[in-house]
Amino acid sequence: MSGPTGGAAGGARRPPPRGFGGGGPFGGPGLPPEKPKDFRGTFGRLARTLRPELGLILIVVVFAIVSVACSAVGPKLLGGATDILFEGVVSQQLPPGVTQQQAVDDLRAAGQTEQADMLASMTLTPGAGVDFTALRNVLLLVATVYLLSSAFSWAQAYIMAGVSQRTVYRMRRDVDDKLSRMPLRYFDSHSRGDTLSRVTNDIDNIANSLQQTMTQLITAVCTIVAVLAMMLWISPLLAVISLLTVPLSIVVTIFVAKRSQIQFAAQWAQTGALNGHVEEMHTGHSIVKAFGRQHEAIERFDLENERLFQASYRAQFLSGTIQPAMGFIANVNYVLICVIGGIQVANGQMSLGDVQAFVQYSRQFAMPITQTASIANVIQSAVASAERVFELLDEAEETPDVAYAGIRRAVAGRVELQDVSFRYLPDVPLIEDLDLVVEPGETVAIVGPTGAGKTTLVNLLMRFYEIDEGAIRIDGIDSRQMSRDELRSTFGMVLQDTWLFHGTIRENIAYGRDDATEEEIVAAAQAAHVDHFVRTLPDGYDTVLDDDATSVSQGEKQLLTIARAFLADRRILILDEATSSVDTRTEVLIQRAMARLMVGRTSFVIAHRLSTIRDAHTILVMDHGRIIEQGTHEALLARRGFYFDLYDSQFAEPLLEAS
Amino acid sequence: MIALLRTYLRPYRRALALVVGLLVVQALATLYLPELNGDIIDNGVAKGDTAYILSTGALMLGISLVVVVASIVAVYWGSKTGMAFGRDVRSAIFRTVESFSRAELERFGTASLITRNTNDVQQVQMVVLMGLNMMIIAPILAVGGVVMALRQDVPLAGILVVILPIMAVIVGTLMYRALPMFQAVQRKIDRVNQVTREALSGIRVIRAFVRTRHEEERFDVANRDLTASTLQVNRLFALMIPLLMLVFNLSTVAILWFGSIRVDSGEMPIGNLIAFLQYVMQILMAVMMAVFMFVMVPRAVVSSGRIQEVLRTEPSIGDPATPATPPPGPGALEFRDVEFRYPGAQDAVLRDISLRIEAGRTTAIVGSTGSGKSTLINLIPRFYDVTEGGLSIDGTDVRELRRDDLWARIGLIPQKAFLFSGTIASNLRFGRADATEDELWEALRIAQADGFVRDLADGLDSPVTQGGANLSGGQRQRLAIARALVKRPEIFVFDDSFSALDFKTDSLLRAALAREIAAATVVIVAQRVGTIMGADRIVVLDGGTIVGSGTHHELMASCETYREIVYSQLSEEEAA
Repeated sequence: MSGPTGGAAGGARRPPPRGFGGGGPFGGPGLPPEKPKDFRGTFGRLARTLRPELGLILIVVVFAIVSVACSAVGPKLLGGATDILFEGVVSQQLPPGVTQQQAVDDLRAAGQTEQADMLASMTLTPGAGVDFTALRNVLLLVATVYLLSSAFSWAQAYIMAGVSQRTVYRMRRDVDDKLSRMPLRYFDSHSRGDTLSRVTNDIDNIANSLQQTMTQLITAVCTIVAVLAMMLWISPLLAVISLLTVPLSIVVTIFVAKRSQIQFAAQWAQTGALNGHVEEMHTGHSIVKAFGRQHEAIERFDLENERLFQASYRAQFLSGTIQPAMGFIANVNYVLICVIGGIQVANGQMSLGDVQAFVQYSRQFAMPITQTASIANVIQSAVASAERVFELLDEAEETPDVAYAGIRRAVAGRVELQDVSFRYLPDVPLIEDLDLVVEPGETVAIVGPTGAGKTTLVNLLMRFYEIDEGAIRIDGIDSRQMSRDELRSTFGMVLQDTWLFHGTIRENIAYGRDDATEEEIVAAAQAAHVDHFVRTLPDGYDTVLDDDATSVSQGEKQLLTIARAFLADRRILILDEATSSVDTRTEVLIQRAMARLMVGRTSFVIAHRLSTIRDAHTILVMDHGRIIEQGTHEALLARRGFYFDLYDSQFAEPLLEAS
Repeated sequence: MIALLRTYLRPYRRALALVVGLLVVQALATLYLPELNGDIIDNGVAKGDTAYILSTGALMLGISLVVVVASIVAVYWGSKTGMAFGRDVRSAIFRTVESFSRAELERFGTASLITRNTNDVQQVQMVVLMGLNMMIIAPILAVGGVVMALRQDVPLAGILVVILPIMAVIVGTLMYRALPMFQAVQRKIDRVNQVTREALSGIRVIRAFVRTRHEEERFDVANRDLTASTLQVNRLFALMIPLLMLVFNLSTVAILWFGSIRVDSGEMPIGNLIAFLQYVMQILMAVMMAVFMFVMVPRAVVSSGRIQEVLRTEPSIGDPATPATPPPGPGALEFRDVEFRYPGAQDAVLRDISLRIEAGRTTAIVGSTGSGKSTLINLIPRFYDVTEGGLSIDGTDVRELRRDDLWARIGLIPQKAFLFSGTIASNLRFGRADATEDELWEALRIAQADGFVRDLADGLDSPVTQGGANLSGGQRQRLAIARALVKRPEIFVFDDSFSALDFKTDSLLRAALAREIAAATVVIVAQRVGTIMGADRIVVLDGGTIVGSGTHHELMASCETYREIVYSQLSEEEAA
């Protein structure tokens, strides 16, 4: 596994992922798709994945409501404080000793009707000044309310972090578990990068979205409700005016979002195209250079890059206009409130503190509405990702196993194929009525030209694929009567494709047997002639193998996989062109070791070496995926059929040339 | 990060200036609104002057209009600049990587380079974009807010002296603690990716060794680890917003209290207090906005570090300042006392290699794993440069040639046949864009690939997926050979290119090659003795030095290493 991925996960509150969906090391396929196919169904299913956290989510909602309610009450209370202050100020301007009513009457007499009305609506003692005791009480109350609001808001976010992370943890686990229940057929027919991308990038995308949207959404909804309630309480008239801006906001948002969504989709598609190009050019770096194509590579890159730029700046611009537009609407609203509120205060229909509180509320009201618009975007993307994940979770699984009876060690190794038929595609017959009996300790060589489908038999023996008809028996037991694990634990396998995992050499050799002792590991390494090489490494058996480790050559990796098979010590062996990438000199040694390994074990060898083929008890000759001849070396030669030609061309010709 | 921004934003100075200018206008207009609001209260509401309220309201509307126009124009240029920045950085990275030699490429790893050019650029780009909106306007609003607040009442503004540092400390502390956590999260994502990738690529081995449960556990450990780390960061950040909101809200309470005292004593009109309150809110909003932005900054800093690392890497192999004119031919190679060691390695992979590869002949290189065969071949197209001695083509040192001139003369068929997405024809034309269809078929025929290409529904126009994944290993290899044949170079380099072919195809192919490219220089690395027995000369490598050189028969007589190799594959009578 290479380099840091900068994947999309992990960030706490981040803005909705725009553009590069998640990255990960696989570039291209890692983009959240633009549009979910079945939005409602997938959304519902995504919501259901939260079910185990339902209790906590309810608590979160309650906390959110409390927090929002507290912060919603705040401005109203502060408005009360302003009123106390304002009344104090007004009272100072009145001569002490007169009653409030007298002062109002004086103003009316002076023709200042509006001021009189305003004064009439107040409760004050002329000349008393500001009532600091009342003010202090109000302010202390406000402080407490805000403290509560913050405390609940923190508790809510804290719990929510756990909820979303646990949900995502479960989702990752489910997908990983699912992968181990899916048939090889799936993996052979689907791009690895794409599958991987679903496990990593898509789930990361969901993780971020959950974290972001859940708290925001809950808070936003609560805020809208609470603020609206407060506004209605303070002034129904102003509240109605403010409400008028809501549909306006929605219309503007939808108008812009529709257009920006198209550009975002283009941006994602273009990002995919660019990633694909970069990935391809980097992977084929040497070829690009050796064929002098880097100018074309750069040209093409520039083209894709420019297209990405065009799409992304349009997307950013369009979505960026929502904010100022909302700001403008909010400002218009603000002005209206100031004007109408001001007039009402002047008429004594409303207190100054209420206007001030209302201004604050109207500000608070605009924010969650804009927020909801952006949350909708994030949810779209999350649902699209969830759809890809669910799609994977819904893939067909292997037929259920009979109960696992533990690893079988004591098998004789008799393998019998009876009337076996198999086809990868329903209408393309491959193996028809194959009969084959391999006695314990015998060797079967599978030969055929490139692409003849020699690995098909391996797939069937190991039950990587299920046969359509007939039966495969190990020591007389139908392999479908065993659990897959049980069946597979009778086989040792060395594949052409050397697979080692990120871990020490010791761990890799001991892969087939957890309980292997140090001596056994070393013995297996010696048997595979890799002990010496391992000891020349600075860290010996503790050397950590990397996916693209350059310290260990392909041949040496092959030796390690052979050592792994040695240690696993199974009764039946599958050697799939195992030695073809081991270099010639090492091969001498391996051959001897192989011969030793094969003694007393039933072996299926996809063979390239003449000696292996000649010594085999049975040779299966394959062409175009089918077994066309079967028999011993001598018998097949005598038939002068396909095998004869193959043998002739493969082994006779180079000798003729050389001599 | 600053350096990266400075370099790649420089071309957009004008647009940047425009954006900043517009944002200043926008900020000033926004700041003016509360002033007018205070004015409405003091001169309109308090005096009951409805006409004044209306005229001031109209003015406020006009200012709002200015704000919206300014900000939309600013968003336009900001988006354009931010995205152009991303485009330019991506382009710079891609060009740099294209100039890399194998050594640099391996140092970073392909996957990491891809991530750097996409995801990392994305991280920085988003910060630039946000910066062009909020990060510029936030300080303007904050400073403007302070100025306006001071205008309303100087002593009351003292409260800001208390609030702002508290906020800075909160943000600073959280950021300081979050940065290493972000890095940890990033590493753990890598780990989950790694385990999953291994589980997918090794699926047959895992199932054959009955290790599914073990792999699930391995995944679970990585998964738990990632979950725990992410949770830690998210919980830390859960604290930030409530904490800042608290400071923010308590400030308003404090302002009202202290403001009331000043209003009561007649030192400050009440309208000023309300305006002051709004300015302070504006300042704090600006701070909050900046804080939201800063959440993205740690990641962007990490990302720009990774980008800079690529951009600052000088390719170890480049074109000479004054390239030599490429020699006309005929394609002879000479290694003189060549030594090669990987950067930082203690031991040389190749030592004392002196070797003339004659033009027009076939030279085969054999040897065991680790003997340096592939390394030797990689020196020819300068994927690596020799560390001692010299390598010349027709008497000119390869390091004195432009690499394009050098590559034009070499047809490389790599060990791992890599094809590009497109069609079979587009892949074949990789080395020579103007090759005719007849020439393509001719190359396919020699490469023993005409049969299967003809069988495909679309023939030459059949699609090839990335890497050639829709073709078998043998088909890819033959197409890779055909691709080199189309190019018609003087020197063919086969780096173990026959390994995926069966013996029959291998021998047919070699026979065809021997007929068709008889005039070309051929260098072959191979594992199979059968593949190289017929070569004009066989060079035997062992432990990085040449231990034998000659024909098959000469070497059978003289070279022990060669005999061992041969006997490992053929019985004695076959080898004779």
